[in-house]
Amino acid sequence: MPSRKSPLQSEMVQGTLDMLILQTLVLGPAHGHTIAHAIERGSEEVLQIEHGSLYPALHRVEERGWIASFWGTSENNRKAKYYRLTPAGRKQLIAQTTRWEQVVRAIGRILKPVSE
Amino acid sequence: MSWRRYLRRAKWDRERHEEIESYVQIETDANIARGMPLEEARHAARKKFGNPTLIREEIYRMNTIGFLDSLGRDLRYALRTLRHNPMFTLIAVLTLAIGIGANTAIFSVVNGVLIRPLPYPQPDALIGVWGSALFQGVRNDTNLAPPMYFTYLDQNQTYQEFGVWSSGAASVTGMGDPEQVPTLLVTFGILRALGVQPALGRWFSQTDDTPGSPETVMLAYGYWQRRLGGDKAVIGRTITIDSRPREVIGVMPQNFRFLNSDPEMILPQRLERGLIVSNFSYGGIARLKPGVTLAQANADLARMLPASLIASGLSRKMIETAQSQPNIRPLKRDVVGDVGTVLWVLMGTIGMVLLIACANVANLMLVRAEGRQHELAIRAALGAGWGRIARELLVESITLGMLGGALGLGLAYGGLRLLLTMGPANLPRLAEISIDPLVLAFALMVSLISGLLFGVIPVIKYTRPRIALAMRGGGRSVSQSRERHRSQNMLVVVQVALALVLLVGSGLMIRSFQALRNVQPGFTRSQQIQTVRISIPEAQVPEPERVTRMQNDILDKITGIPGVASAAFSNALPLEGMQTSSTLSVEGTTYMEGQIAPFRRSIFVSPDLFKTLGTPLIAGRDFTWTDIYGSRNVAIVSENLARETWGGPAAALGKRIHEGMASSVAWSGIIGVVGDVYEDGVQLKATANVYWPARERIQTLGIPRTVTFAIRSDRTGTESFLSEIRQAVWAVNANLPLAQVRTLGEVYNQSMARTSFTLVMLAIAGSMALVLGIIGIYGVLSYSVSQRRREIGIRLALGAQPGQLKTMFVRHGLVLAGIGVAIGLGAAAALTRLMSSLLFGIKPLDPLTYAAGALILGLAAVLASYLPARRASAVDPVEALKAE
Repeated sequence: MPSRKSPLQSEMVQGTLDMLILQTLVLGPAHGHTIAHAIERGSEEVLQIEHGSLYPALHRVEERGWIASFWGTSENNRKAKYYRLTPAGRKQLIAQTTRWEQVVRAIGRILKPVSE
Repeated sequence: MSWRRYLRRAKWDRERHEEIESYVQIETDANIARGMPLEEARHAARKKFGNPTLIREEIYRMNTIGFLDSLGRDLRYALRTLRHNPMFTLIAVLTLAIGIGANTAIFSVVNGVLIRPLPYPQPDALIGVWGSALFQGVRNDTNLAPPMYFTYLDQNQTYQEFGVWSSGAASVTGMGDPEQVPTLLVTFGILRALGVQPALGRWFSQTDDTPGSPETVMLAYGYWQRRLGGDKAVIGRTITIDSRPREVIGVMPQNFRFLNSDPEMILPQRLERGLIVSNFSYGGIARLKPGVTLAQANADLARMLPASLIASGLSRKMIETAQSQPNIRPLKRDVVGDVGTVLWVLMGTIGMVLLIACANVANLMLVRAEGRQHELAIRAALGAGWGRIARELLVESITLGMLGGALGLGLAYGGLRLLLTMGPANLPRLAEISIDPLVLAFALMVSLISGLLFGVIPVIKYTRPRIALAMRGGGRSVSQSRERHRSQNMLVVVQVALALVLLVGSGLMIRSFQALRNVQPGFTRSQQIQTVRISIPEAQVPEPERVTRMQNDILDKITGIPGVASAAFSNALPLEGMQTSSTLSVEGTTYMEGQIAPFRRSIFVSPDLFKTLGTPLIAGRDFTWTDIYGSRNVAIVSENLARETWGGPAAALGKRIHEGMASSVAWSGIIGVVGDVYEDGVQLKATANVYWPARERIQTLGIPRTVTFAIRSDRTGTESFLSEIRQAVWAVNANLPLAQVRTLGEVYNQSMARTSFTLVMLAIAGSMALVLGIIGIYGVLSYSVSQRRREIGIRLALGAQPGQLKTMFVRHGLVLAGIGVAIGLGAAAALTRLMSSLLFGIKPLDPLTYAAGALILGLAAVLASYLPARRASAVDPVEALKAE
């Protein structure tokens, strides 16, 4: 079955998007709209995404048990689905962040000689 | 992926939809706050979000088990396709149903008889305790004697419970008409070993076994229902058995069977300790202690064997000569016997029928796939992967298999009932045969495997369709290439080969049966010999002379019945399985210490028995009543015994013999020699028989009190005749029950039941195979003709003669059949070896049978080829060419 992949779902970015979602929720529960804008703002508008492509990621991360959801009301009284970080999610975020930093450091070391 | 999500994905999708709506609303609000007009704000929000349907689809797919989802679709598609081709579906499903049904039926027999454990608790711990010894160079199973019972009971280290049993018959009087019932005699350990609790009352205890204690009896459920109306107050009641009162102490449960018998009553077997008796007539059953292996039990028995044999009166030398050995085996083997070969051969046979059926269906599928090639090509061109198409075809064939299986299960159920009412007489555990979960699983597996088997062939051939080829006019205008029909031809060859194997198999059984029928059994026109077994209990008539008198009186009364040509009695008629053997001493022959004189059949007969049975008198004369009343020491021997011992019938006359080896027994002179009788069945060697006058000869043996009357008449079997016989007997003594009322013909047929059962089953399988094979050839040729109409039209137009065309098609059919027959002959030669133990008087490689099988198949092939060939020659060239 051929599958259509949205830009953010290409394999390289997939794990990163998961991490960004978890990172956003560290500050507290938020609904999809907030998360989307937070990621966009946080990346200083580098990650220009269709906000809709966030939802499959949310679904996937929830299925893994890293976040949990509940229905609530938004700041301007709209019904909205909120997500919050689970303990497993918090652990996962730490592990991923650590690994990410290692990778970044490693790549940085390899790239340095060339740039000099 | 979780099942829960899969099953609830519709609800999840709704929730996702709400969530997306919520996003759009919040974003719209934000846009309005930024000063956009409502419409623009909503539009911008939607744009920001992207395509909601795509997103929802993506999530929906994340929750989907893709395989299952499309499987359901394929299944619906398959059912629709099948419904649109009712003829094809009907033929395929019926063919499969017959194949699968027959297999399921036979498997339920195999399962009930061979696979299922015995119907006793922890049946694996149950063993049969026997010995084995050499008799005249042949190793035989030996029974236990009473002293062996006591030795094993006292000294064994491996049995949890142990007992011995024997079967018999007893007369019940005082409750309506006197009745003789089959009984089981057991020591107290037998029921404990089997572990079947009585439905009512108690088991036997050691007290019941002890001579001198009150006499007791246990009833079978059936007898209790039939004669006592299931009265719960029966415990403690007294029943007169063999003229002696016995107290009922228990009733066995409804489903209790003892090995292969259904005794109506169970009596305690009373054996006396310390007596030295060589009465080897008891079977032993033990329940092993937990964890004890058969090898350990055998070693334990080996340790006790010599002492127990000596206690039974054998000398050390005799034990050595006979090479006595312990012989412990799983009780299941005692129950099942050697029926395994028959059943596995049947299973294999029926399996082959299913293969042939599958080949037929595969052929149909090929034809259909051929017709659908156009459709498949278009679908492939539109982007369907070959995996999808393959799966679709497989789902279709498995669906067919399952439909066939479901119908087959119904057929199996019906067939099984028929089989059980037909009651192949000597099939053990008949009552335990049923369709249980294992049989259902088997049917399911067989259906699945058949579906895969015939489904995979079209898949291999057609899932990578040569698109260009197929699209060009749907394959119609392309003339037949050899390659295109290779699979179908191969299937036909396989069918013919398998059908030949089955034909040869059933042919061999037919020839065996003929051979059995051709053996002169030593009696003639057995359908006209009525038998009744009558027992005169000691408690009623103690004096031996009066027993003889009474038997003589009964005989006179019976002879007086109109239509009776002659009548006589014997303690054991041929094939009754009641005979005993004993050593025979011949005057002038001495045996060394430890040597045992050969065992011969000892049969006690009244005058006229040979005349009644039709056994020819070869030399000398028959017994007379004067011989019997005058206590003359006379004997008659069979011809084979006379030849073996004295060189000929005439030479035997006047020679003297006696039973046993004790010198105290008086000699009896031989007054006659009669033809050989196959006392144990025609498939075995004719026994060497000694006939004694039916009277008390040796004090310890007593007089034969239970005898079977043989009555020759052409009125056998009619109710009026039987009632006249009953009146004749009761005119002499109203307390005598009549048992085993049947004709010797029935006994004779029953002795060949296994052969005839196998014959019938194989013949059914063989004819099914033949019919399916013919349909296979016919189908392939018909199809070939219909596909080649255009070619035939051209040939005819160019001047080919219809006769030539006919020959061409018939030759095609015959070539296929020929190859099939050649392969089949080889396969039959290899496979029929497996059934050699079922054959009689014929070699597994009997050339006549093989030739006949090949001939029948060849003729069938000609017929199956001729019909389509004739159609080919009748093609109108103009029509055929116009049709394109």
